[in-house]
Amino acid sequence: MSLMQIAAVVCLVLLTAGAAGAIYRIAKGPSILDRVVATDVLLIIVSSALCVEMALNHHTSNIVFVVVASVIGFVGSVTVSRFVADRRKETS
Amino acid sequence: MLELDSNAWVVLTDSIAAVLLILGASLSTIAGIGLLRFPDQLSRMHAGTKPQVLGLLLMLLALAFAWRAWVWIPVLLLAWVLQMLTAPVSAHLVGRASYRTKHLNRDLLYVDELSDVVTRQDDEGQPAEKASDQQSVPRQDRNDGY
Repeated sequence: MSLMQIAAVVCLVLLTAGAAGAIYRIAKGPSILDRVVATDVLLIIVSSALCVEMALNHHTSNIVFVVVASVIGFVGSVTVSRFVADRRKETS
Repeated sequence: MLELDSNAWVVLTDSIAAVLLILGASLSTIAGIGLLRFPDQLSRMHAGTKPQVLGLLLMLLALAFAWRAWVWIPVLLLAWVLQMLTAPVSAHLVGRASYRTKHLNRDLLYVDELSDVVTRQDDEGQPAEKASDQQSVPRQDRNDGY
């Protein structure tokens, strides 16, 4: 196996570990802001996986997704944090 | 310059790209571990921004070495610059939302320089009594269910 193929397998393991941590935080995160940050991280991990595949197979088909994800990927976290409200409990 | 034939150039640039790919992926792993292990929402956000700038930079450098064509450098530069423009915006707003609502854990803070600025004004610059999101006592109920 060439060095690029070995690197692709190692990157597969590393990115999967990172994605597992992000998905765990999406499931567990005690607030919606945790989930939103973890979703942002998951999007970047997907972009990184596409970059690994493009470098491995020497094609440029998915670079448009990487550019568009870097522009649009932050809109979700911005929108959620804009409307996160402080629910005050009624005191008896 | 180095006297290499084209096959040696291909092997050299592929090797550099492979090393950069592994470094960039390890930053994503570090962010995932940080999301698992950090105790507070603000510190988890700090961990989550690591692959956004440096991880993406290493990945795009690896692509630049793997493709070996000057024509793709502007596209990769555009991707990185756009990411650097948008990442601070999202981090700032998420940090602001988590500071001003109940998600802040004051036990983990040593110094809080923002609290008097927040208590003096609300969002429209009105005095703090009219602030809709101002609270002076942090609430301990973090498990509200969302």
